Amino acid sequence: MNLLFLVCGLLTILFVLLITIFLLISGIPAIQTIGLKNFLFGRVWASTAAKPSYGIFPFILSSVCGTCGAILIGVPVGLLCAVFLAKVSPVKTGGIVRNVVDLLAGIPSVVYGLVGMIVIVPCVRELFHLPDGANLFSATLVLAVMILPSVISVSETAIRSVPKEYEEASLALGATKTETIFRVILPAAKSGIVTAVVLGIGRAVGEAMAVMMVAGNVANMPKLFGSVRFLTTAVASEMSYSSGLQRQALFSIALVLFLFIMAINLILNMLVKKGEQND
Amino acid sequence: MKKMIVILTVFALMAGALTGCGSGSPSDGKGADSSQTVSTDGSTSMEKVIGFLSEAYMEEHGDIKVTYNPTGSGSGIQAAAEGRCDIGLSSRDLKEEETADLQGTVVAIDGIGIIVHPDNPVADLTIEQIGDIYTGKIANWKDIGGSDAAIVCIGREAASGTRDGFEEVTGTKDNCRYSQELTSTGDVVQTVSGNPNAIGYASVASVNDTVKMVSVEGTAPTVENIQSGAYKVQRNFVLVTRKDAPLSKAAQDFFDYATSPQADSLIIEAGAVPVKR
Repeated sequence: MNLLFLVCGLLTILFVLLITIFLLISGIPAIQTIGLKNFLFGRVWASTAAKPSYGIFPFILSSVCGTCGAILIGVPVGLLCAVFLAKVSPVKTGGIVRNVVDLLAGIPSVVYGLVGMIVIVPCVRELFHLPDGANLFSATLVLAVMILPSVISVSETAIRSVPKEYEEASLALGATKTETIFRVILPAAKSGIVTAVVLGIGRAVGEAMAVMMVAGNVANMPKLFGSVRFLTTAVASEMSYSSGLQRQALFSIALVLFLFIMAINLILNMLVKKGEQND
Repeated sequence: MKKMIVILTVFALMAGALTGCGSGSPSDGKGADSSQTVSTDGSTSMEKVIGFLSEAYMEEHGDIKVTYNPTGSGSGIQAAAEGRCDIGLSSRDLKEEETADLQGTVVAIDGIGIIVHPDNPVADLTIEQIGDIYTGKIANWKDIGGSDAAIVCIGREAASGTRDGFEEVTGTKDNCRYSQELTSTGDVVQTVSGNPNAIGYASVASVNDTVKMVSVEGTAPTVENIQSGAYKVQRNFVLVTRKDAPLSKAAQDFFDYATSPQADSLIIEAGAVPVKR
């Protein structure tokens, strides 16, 4: 039986290895042809033009901006929701909210995209008097909602694992409940909360479908109310009909995205380890 | 010892998987029995038409296999000229120098509808106006008889066949300033129906009544106008064959099937307009 466990474990490693090797093999040739600097920092992406240009700097910047925005909006909301669940809510209400959060985590991304496309995009257009609502801002809003579940559940766990004595000591010293939460509990749960943020970043960077439906997908440099294309959507939107160097370049984008996610995971691992050492 | 065996097995598996992806050669219509395979190669925009035709054909002729290699019109014409496929697929008419050796047969017509929001008062545009709108020269609806609002240009992703056709007809190749590039016809229709300032393009057959199709140079995009060529935003789907070498029996049979009146309903189903006979 142990054998089976081992084989399954090794299979997972095999998949990761295969994907890594595949991405490296298929992603590097285009970078070599285009040139690393032109590829990463080129500002023009025109893959099917008569004189093709493959610069993914707009995609990288858009991805970074969209993710930062989503974190800026999503993390405060998620964190306060976690505080509510762990410290404030009555048992019954807390249970309901927790179930709803779990439900939010289970909604397929295409549904987020659909709702974004039909509700958020027209709303943003009306609200800000724009000609068109499919832009970086809409994408950021959708991403902010999408990262909520992971932010909430991880930070709730972190807040709950803060020893009860800390809270009691703080209250006994005369601090109010709000002071206790912000001055004692949240600082004590810091490493867990940072983990939650990094997880949120991972989710936001990797999301393709929902973003594709609300961001407009034009390869512009990012502007808050301008149509943008993310790294993920750059791969997804052109893959079906691509050929030749264009297709290779898409694999290279995938490789860049993969490296981004790897870096985020590494940071996550380091943080978790650091958190364990502190405990 | 047991551990060793396991590790060796896993490595063997890995090696197998790795070589598996290296040596996998695509079977491009040159299978064991080439006489029973009809290989088509070319235009990505014709994917649906060829898909519907070949599927229906293979259902009737179980022993013949029709393959399709989506490489683009240029490569399809080249492949047909070099005899690398039975039938080349092109979504543009053959150029004069190409017709020396090759025969082009129009199998269907792709009508591209110009769509706007139903509340938009603009009902007719010239090709030049459409080109100017998409290149940004005309940026406000009031310049062409609409209300005072910025025009939002909706288009398709870079490799789309519809985009290719549209930009070719309007002479805006690589110059379009889109505010959204969407990946399907349905998305374009949906987006235009939700934005009073939007303009978009989509295959005529996929347009529904949530949006308004404008006429171009005074001609409405009806099936008759597309067939007669009066509606300008259209292009031909062409089957390309060699003049000097006859088709194999199976290929000829499929060719006849695709150009027969029998195929009309399939072509309509695939979102294109059949040719007038």
